[in-house]
Amino acid sequence: MSDTQAPISSLADRARPVDAGAPVVGVHFLGATPVFVLGEDVLLFAGDDERRVKTHAGVILASVSDGKRIVTGGDDGKLIETRAGGENRALASDDKKRWIDQVALGPEGAVAWSAGKTAHVITNKREERRFEAPSTVAGLCFAPKGFRLAIAHYNGATLWFPNTGAAPERLEWKGSHLGVTISPDGKFLITCMQEPMLHGWRLADGKHMRMSGYSARVRSFDWTAGGEFLATSGSEQLILWPFDGKDGPMGRQPKILARAEARAAVVAAHPRQPVVAVGYADGAVKLVRIDDDALILARQSDGQPVGALGWDDAGQTLAFGTEAGAAGVLAL
Amino acid sequence: MPTPDTASKIPVTVLTGYLGAGKTTLLNRILSEPHGKKFAVIVNEFGEIGIDNELVVNADEEVFEMNNGCICCTVRGDLVRIIDGLMRRKGKFDAIIVETTGLADPAPVAQTFFMDEAVGAKTKLDAVVTVADAKWLTDRLKDAPEAKNQIAFADVILLNKTDLVTPDELRELEARIRGLNPYARVHRTERAKIDIAEVLGRNAFDLDRILTIEPDFLEEQDHHHDHHHGHDDHHHGHGDHDHGAAHHHGNGLKHYHDEDMQSVALRTDKALNPDKFFPWIQDLVAKDGPSILRCKGILSFKDDPERFVFQGVHMILDGDHQRPWRADEPRDSRIVFIGRNLPEDKIRQGFESCIA
Repeated sequence: MSDTQAPISSLADRARPVDAGAPVVGVHFLGATPVFVLGEDVLLFAGDDERRVKTHAGVILASVSDGKRIVTGGDDGKLIETRAGGENRALASDDKKRWIDQVALGPEGAVAWSAGKTAHVITNKREERRFEAPSTVAGLCFAPKGFRLAIAHYNGATLWFPNTGAAPERLEWKGSHLGVTISPDGKFLITCMQEPMLHGWRLADGKHMRMSGYSARVRSFDWTAGGEFLATSGSEQLILWPFDGKDGPMGRQPKILARAEARAAVVAAHPRQPVVAVGYADGAVKLVRIDDDALILARQSDGQPVGALGWDDAGQTLAFGTEAGAAGVLAL
Repeated sequence: MPTPDTASKIPVTVLTGYLGAGKTTLLNRILSEPHGKKFAVIVNEFGEIGIDNELVVNADEEVFEMNNGCICCTVRGDLVRIIDGLMRRKGKFDAIIVETTGLADPAPVAQTFFMDEAVGAKTKLDAVVTVADAKWLTDRLKDAPEAKNQIAFADVILLNKTDLVTPDELRELEARIRGLNPYARVHRTERAKIDIAEVLGRNAFDLDRILTIEPDFLEEQDHHHDHHHGHDDHHHGHGDHDHGAAHHHGNGLKHYHDEDMQSVALRTDKALNPDKFFPWIQDLVAKDGPSILRCKGILSFKDDPERFVFQGVHMILDGDHQRPWRADEPRDSRIVFIGRNLPEDKIRQGFESCIA
């Protein structure tokens, strides 16, 4: 256990504090500038000069970024794109002003979002298409190859091909699926569920994988560099499911690292190295090296759950923030 | 992990009631009172009357089964999502009111607060308030199982539109409600006019608030008994057209026993053996959970100086030691189940086998 080990080395003092002043619900980088998504409606650009950009007339419910723009969905029924200069524009809006609470970015500038049961895509040719899911859309992600959108919903997930007339492919598994991701090699689709577990399908043959053992619902997951592991929150340790072989985690145990008293709330894998940043429910942020479970403290615990964290594209800078509105930027 | 104590959690009131009973009237009344509170209101998509509130969210009423093999473990998937989103506005409202459709089962709404950790960490279920239409309740209890469910499940019942029925009819309706749910607070209202303190801040699911387990009408309506004593024979003669059967007690009160929905009250002054009780109650709710709507208990265990209290919805149980027994109170164990076709003999025998 960590409390019997020697104190772990700490970089916490080197982090530049940022007073977000509102709950941090997302962290992105536009180029080298860390941007904090705040509850309710503000993007905080925390570069050399700090800037607050108001986006929605309401609460930001979802945000994604490709490093050039941040796309947010709000409870005002709008989908808004904000670029590095802080300029923003509405990409779409829901005609009934329903909450836009799922957003995903795809290849060549494609954007997907959902309101209620309807998933929408704006293709790279600026054409808008829509898909009616069998129940409320609870997760969206684009496949790494081809123009396919994965949609999580009640009793499974659907793979939709917005540019072709092909019938959507339904992946069934009983229960409520609340998030979705596809492995970087495109072979596996994983959902997190209402129950404290993940479910997976091998896309080639539809073979099922159940990944359970968590102490809470998994609310955050991320693929480690090269897609070797799926790093997940939801337990008092970092759980890493191996996806290096053709069978993925089938019949294998996860790697369990960074045991702690508090639950892992959010995870963000380093983009290049086998390292995962973990934000805990007690406010601590740790860098975890996958090979040997070496830990570096990036933020001291203060009792406030970490709300979000993220790396810049090069993996040189980590930014994090808590639900209480304390944030920091750590240059490595 | 530090969890916020119950005082800092946002209270959630669930408004149920059959179509046209007056839910939205009550809702607008709550919102328009000068209480200085801000509410977030979650309504179903098909509501026809406008809601006068800044923060109104439309819900789809998606009832999802939990993936644990239990058909009664259902949650409102839309609520999980909506409450998550609403909590991003933390500080902008003091309480949440969920208005369900007339056909909704209150159980999945209630269970959401116990089954979803994120929801339960930030909000707490305050009470299920059911509005019933005095003019039509008798008919609905015959033809609409949903209406019966809503009465049986409730913590607070507004018997509304009392101006549309006679005093005799009203008393009969109350007796009928008592036959389904003797433990709820029943209020007679016109146009849903009520002191909102009777509806909000009830803490009906708070273990610390389980003080006694007594049928509510003993406290509240004793003074009515003498007045309508003489009418009871009249009611009795009309028992045929009623769905439930009525019979007299010595004090002149008329009791209805609904054919399929009833409450079972258990009591003993002998201490219970916890090693027998917990396996029994867990087995009971695991097997009969689908028919048990609500349960509540105050227990005295052998050699235990503290009261143990619990409450449950279908097969979800929540229990804890509450406080030391006082010297001046009888160390009785009391449990009540409200449910559909409850196996009463089996429950009684099982309970008695838990005596230490």
